[in-house]
Amino acid sequence: MLHIYCPYCGETREEEEFHPKGQAHIARPADPEACSDEEWGDYLFFRDNPRGIHHELWVHAVGCRKFFNVTRNTVTYEILETYKMGERPTITAEHPEGRPADATAQQTSLRDGVRA
Amino acid sequence: MSNTAAEKVRTFDTRTQAKIPVESPLAYSYRRSGAPAPTAKSRVVLRERPFLGHLVLRGGAIVLDEAVREVLGIPLPGEPQGLVHDADGQRSIQWISPDEWLVIVPGGEEFALENRLRAVLGDAHFAISNVSGGQTLVELTGEAARELLMKSVIYDVHPSHFPVGKGVTTVFAKATVILRRPTETRWELVVRRSFADYTYRWLLDAGEEYGIGVER
Repeated sequence: MLHIYCPYCGETREEEEFHPKGQAHIARPADPEACSDEEWGDYLFFRDNPRGIHHELWVHAVGCRKFFNVTRNTVTYEILETYKMGERPTITAEHPEGRPADATAQQTSLRDGVRA
Repeated sequence: MSNTAAEKVRTFDTRTQAKIPVESPLAYSYRRSGAPAPTAKSRVVLRERPFLGHLVLRGGAIVLDEAVREVLGIPLPGEPQGLVHDADGQRSIQWISPDEWLVIVPGGEEFALENRLRAVLGDAHFAISNVSGGQTLVELTGEAARELLMKSVIYDVHPSHFPVGKGVTTVFAKATVILRRPTETRWELVVRRSFADYTYRWLLDAGEEYGIGVER
């Protein structure tokens, strides 16, 4: 049983109250009509499956019913941080100890921030 | 034709004047599962508070706070898991989510309250839903009430973690419940009407060892 910190409730709650909803930070293409089939297929169906740090979308289904992001280690199941929608993770695969404060300003988009 | 929010919304009083017998969500359960009367040995007493007015308020905390202060005279709980009551404890507002609050008032007041809130809120971005028919409130009192909850909910109900004036949405047995603690000795469960029978029978079964009694 995991204990998950809901950033909206401000409390650690039982895993039973939550549902995972897959990979986080998937940006819908700005102009779907201009996408190639491959780009659109990647957006719809293809997900990362990393060994190690992964960013996921979870919902506090029984509770505040808000979606939020979870940074989780897929090897140890350890939840490293949770953060609200629209926020950026401080812990990424490249910065497993937390992102240095000055690096956040260089991110151009949320997805770049995760990939960086 | 004006296009203000107040004129686009059609409200109606769900309480009819017609002489139609009204049954509480637990009426069927009382008939089917019985209702053992409380005795001197009962360490838990269950009591349903049916036909209260339940309203769900959604919108920004600041505009809603100003409106409920003006209409109800109590502030909106801004902190997560907050629960506030008015002076006589009859009316309450509970934090459900960052943009959602549950207001419970004595039965019959909810339609007038909804209309007054709509008038005060005007064109603000908000939603008010009357959910009185969809849920009911079950009270637990007695020294073993907390023990009974420890068997039933996954949330930590120890007084250090669940002080008076707190309310959470959590899992009760296999159903969802809104669990609140309005006073030192009383716990409240807000359950969906469709889960009322399940919750009631669970409480009777789990409360058997404490000699649970039902006040009607």
